[in-house]
Amino acid sequence: MEAKKLNLTLNIWRQKNSKSVGSFAEYKVQVSPDASFLEMLDELNNTLELKGEEAIHFESDCREGICGTCGLVINGHAHGPLPKIATCQLHMRNFKDGETIWVEPFRAKAFPVIKDLMVDRSGFDVILQAGGYVSINTGGVPDGNAIPIQKEVSSLAMDAAACIGCGACVASCKNASAMLFVSAKVSQYALLPQGQPERYRRVERMVKVMDDLGFGSCTNTYACEAECPKGISVTNIARMNRDFMMAKIKSKEVEV
Amino acid sequence: MFEIYETITGENPYKSPMMIYPAPHYTMGGLWVDYNLMSNVPGLFVLGEANFSDHGANRLGASALMQGLADGYFVIPYTMGNYLAGDKPTLVKTDHPEFEKVAKEVKDLTNKLLSIKGKRTVDDLHKQLGRIMWDNVGMGRNEAGLKKTIEQIRQVKEEFWKNVTIPGSGDDVNQTLERAGRLVDYFELGELMALDALDRKESCGGHFREEYQFEDGEAKRDDENYSYVAAWEFAGENKWNLHKEELKYEYVKQAIRSYK
Repeated sequence: MEAKKLNLTLNIWRQKNSKSVGSFAEYKVQVSPDASFLEMLDELNNTLELKGEEAIHFESDCREGICGTCGLVINGHAHGPLPKIATCQLHMRNFKDGETIWVEPFRAKAFPVIKDLMVDRSGFDVILQAGGYVSINTGGVPDGNAIPIQKEVSSLAMDAAACIGCGACVASCKNASAMLFVSAKVSQYALLPQGQPERYRRVERMVKVMDDLGFGSCTNTYACEAECPKGISVTNIARMNRDFMMAKIKSKEVEV
Repeated sequence: MFEIYETITGENPYKSPMMIYPAPHYTMGGLWVDYNLMSNVPGLFVLGEANFSDHGANRLGASALMQGLADGYFVIPYTMGNYLAGDKPTLVKTDHPEFEKVAKEVKDLTNKLLSIKGKRTVDDLHKQLGRIMWDNVGMGRNEAGLKKTIEQIRQVKEEFWKNVTIPGSGDDVNQTLERAGRLVDYFELGELMALDALDRKESCGGHFREEYQFEDGEAKRDDENYSYVAAWEFAGENKWNLHKEELKYEYVKQAIRSYK
């Protein structure tokens, strides 16, 4: 049996490009509670296009919560009100009939709006290019049991590597800081043997690029962890800060 | 997994039975490449599931990871270096005649798409194509269905070029235009999939031709005539040339696969 449709008022941010001034536009929609948030936007776009209006631009790819492409600020929360999910995994049954929903792009100086709800997150790629890799040749693949890594350590590295780089941490931080993202990337290498040779060089370079791109500083409010769809822990930030301090003592490089 | 299920369906799988249904997941096959993973365009390498090399008639679970890792770790670091060593990269300018030709083609296509200004959305037509593929080019296929499908796809394609509406312009980001371009490709891919399925008069893996089965419903292969990979070369609209890449088994003996 088809569930009763919800009547919703959507206030969606419309902005022609990075240079123009944006504003909210109001749309009334009727949607099935089983629809996902993005499916609702697809339907709305279909009706807009039929009227000859431009579609609301937003990004998505896998729609399975694993790629990190989607990202909307819904009622003030990055990826919507539910914890530990990406926008694509948010379903309309979590909203009430007659509710008004506010939809905005991820807002940060380092994430300029491209159009409507679509932002340019290529800054994250630039940060990764500065150190998100292992450039030493580790030879062939050894037997898994031959690498003595404690379970606790490998688990921490895997938890850090769960970051999908969506940028929700930046969007939810009052300073638009990218510390959670960068620290997750730094940690996933710093915890494992393969990451050791470049450990201190890596953290210095990535932090430098992060600062240069205009991401803010961390003031330990932990909004990032609360909104992160993958539940990345702020203890990664502590680890990165520790490595960064050590790098200042150990690193041979003065500046990159 | 149970958590994911609950997020999507809103039902607790520990309390109510799970709803399971088939869904289109991936297409088998991909772009033709040589042993170095280079396509028929020199210098254009195709990695992971975008190429055809590792899928057989079946695509097994986790193929995406496996092929991405295998191609990325074990093949491309050696073959691409080999290609680059024999190539002297020079500065390519945008006034190169080939560049100008392609740029004009893209501009013309964009203008053509934007000028149709019909009454149906890209999404609507995309769903119609999806429905056609779902009905007749799923796991089970038959000659009549496939022939009908090819006709239907050509009809939707015609409808698309006459009656699609794409708001916005081609001067800035336009996701509707992007989707339209992709749908144009899907018409081609869908038709080719149907054509290939029609051409292969046997059942194997994910391709079950209803006419070719044993009495108990098991897939009936025809190794004598169809033990090859079909590589279709694009030869203009609605035209493809078939190249057969023979499958030679030296150590393994071909046999009927039975799950019984």
